[in-house]
Amino acid sequence: MNHPKIDVAYIAKLARINLNEEETTQFTQDLEKVISYVTTLEAYDVTGIEPMYHPLPSMDVLREDVVGESLTQEAALSNAPQQAQGQFRTPKVVESA
Amino acid sequence: MTPLTGTLAEWRTRLRAGEVSPTELVNLAADAIEAEQSFNSFISFDREAALELAAKADVQSPLAGIPIAVKDNINVLGQPTRCASKILAPYVSPYDATSVSLMKQAGGIPLGRTNMDEFAMGASGENSAYGLTRNPKAPEHIPGGSSSGSAASVAAGAAIASLGSDTGGSIRQPASHCGIVGLKPTYGRVSRFGLVAFASSLDQIGPMTQTVEDAAILLQAISGFDPKDSTSINHPLGQYESALDKDIKGLRIGVPKEYISKGNDPAVAQAVEQSIKQLQSLGAEIIEVSLPHSEAVVAAYYIIACAEASSNLSRFDGIRYGKRTDNPQDILSLYTQTREEGFGPEVKRRIILGTYVLSSGYYDAYYAQAQKVRTLVQNDFAKAFGEVDLILGPTSPTPAPKIGAGKLDHLQTYLADIYTIPANLTGLPGISLPMGQSNVGGANLPIGIQFLAPHFREDLLIQVGSALGK
Repeated sequence: MNHPKIDVAYIAKLARINLNEEETTQFTQDLEKVISYVTTLEAYDVTGIEPMYHPLPSMDVLREDVVGESLTQEAALSNAPQQAQGQFRTPKVVESA
Repeated sequence: MTPLTGTLAEWRTRLRAGEVSPTELVNLAADAIEAEQSFNSFISFDREAALELAAKADVQSPLAGIPIAVKDNINVLGQPTRCASKILAPYVSPYDATSVSLMKQAGGIPLGRTNMDEFAMGASGENSAYGLTRNPKAPEHIPGGSSSGSAASVAAGAAIASLGSDTGGSIRQPASHCGIVGLKPTYGRVSRFGLVAFASSLDQIGPMTQTVEDAAILLQAISGFDPKDSTSINHPLGQYESALDKDIKGLRIGVPKEYISKGNDPAVAQAVEQSIKQLQSLGAEIIEVSLPHSEAVVAAYYIIACAEASSNLSRFDGIRYGKRTDNPQDILSLYTQTREEGFGPEVKRRIILGTYVLSSGYYDAYYAQAQKVRTLVQNDFAKAFGEVDLILGPTSPTPAPKIGAGKLDHLQTYLADIYTIPANLTGLPGISLPMGQSNVGGANLPIGIQFLAPHFREDLLIQVGSALGK
């Protein structure tokens, strides 16, 4: 597959990471190189081959529906950069009407 | 510095004989960490917390009150778990990883958080926000990674044994470069609960030790089914210590012809040949096998690992834990600035690659294709293990490169993981054993060989390692 030039600035936006100009240039070069290398996988014939998402067969496991131990609210909030009234605090997400 | 002379098994004997108390040993180990200034193998340590556990330690327990260093990406209650990243600088674990709580139940005492490549991304120990780690056997060379500090601390005598994690070779390769033993268990054998996830379908925690006997003791302590890890497997536990000192007569050991490559350093090739001779003299049968898709593993690995990482690391958003940027204008800039300031370059590079291969229009070409090639690799190993009991090869194609050598060409450093990656793609257990050394420019660089076994046959890895006198 011929891949188009990678738009690192756009990908960084999707990944929610700010990159400076220098990083954007550097990563564009690095990724072009890595992507052209990983494109070699196209050469393998995978007709009829199932993808392997996990190394061992895994299945859904259900446990008994009983209340177990979990982190307390205090412990769960103990690393919060900002908290208020027992909740994680963030900048305003919804515009005022 | 104050080296901690003695293996885990030897310290256990001394503790049980009352020659030393757990409290004295913890102080000795903490002194050794304090004195270890040359290699930067630790990020933090908590003497007081370890002394509290030592006061209650039972010397008759399997780990007898022995302090064990823990990689900085495995949660230890009440201690910083930073993954060598600035983004987790303020983080203190509110719980123990299952591997750590099992280790504590077995009488082990977590002491010292070992340096690593940030979020386990890297194979050199250079990508740490807390400074690079040096190889104790050759300080101008890398210790390998990502479990750089877990390997260096044991090699330097600043830890008796340690826990590492292995996603593409991160236990076995630094063990090889530092001249110690590193064992990656079968995927699902050791719980990943409390291990900060890098690539969830590849990650596994395991022991890094001075001897195979120590690896058996520590593996026994941390293994087992854990309902908190949905990929943990409810498979009967092996009796790892009873695999020690068993002969290997008649054991069939496969050597993949693809692993005897011209790309191997002559000293590495020699180490493999030397071990083949030793195995034959011990009565093992050496059989040539083939793993036809060996060339494909690095490409498949980087797609899968980066894709999973880009998803896993989305949790570091500055909301619930870790660092938050100082003056975000809105919620979006809170995310993007926090992640800009918090992640190092290699982590950003891999998140970008992972996001790219998962982005709309590319999923089938990259991620789906890589997962299918993974099946081909799995099929190769299934076939090989139909003919042999174990597979032998190098751990790494070269001894430890010099610090800074991989900086210019990331792809080249990725390619050096060719022999370790298959165990992660397929979930197989593997061990790296020290086998000789290479004299390069006056430095004696350790060489490692690797054995791979079928799923849940860690006992065979221990048996062969013990038979080779490691």
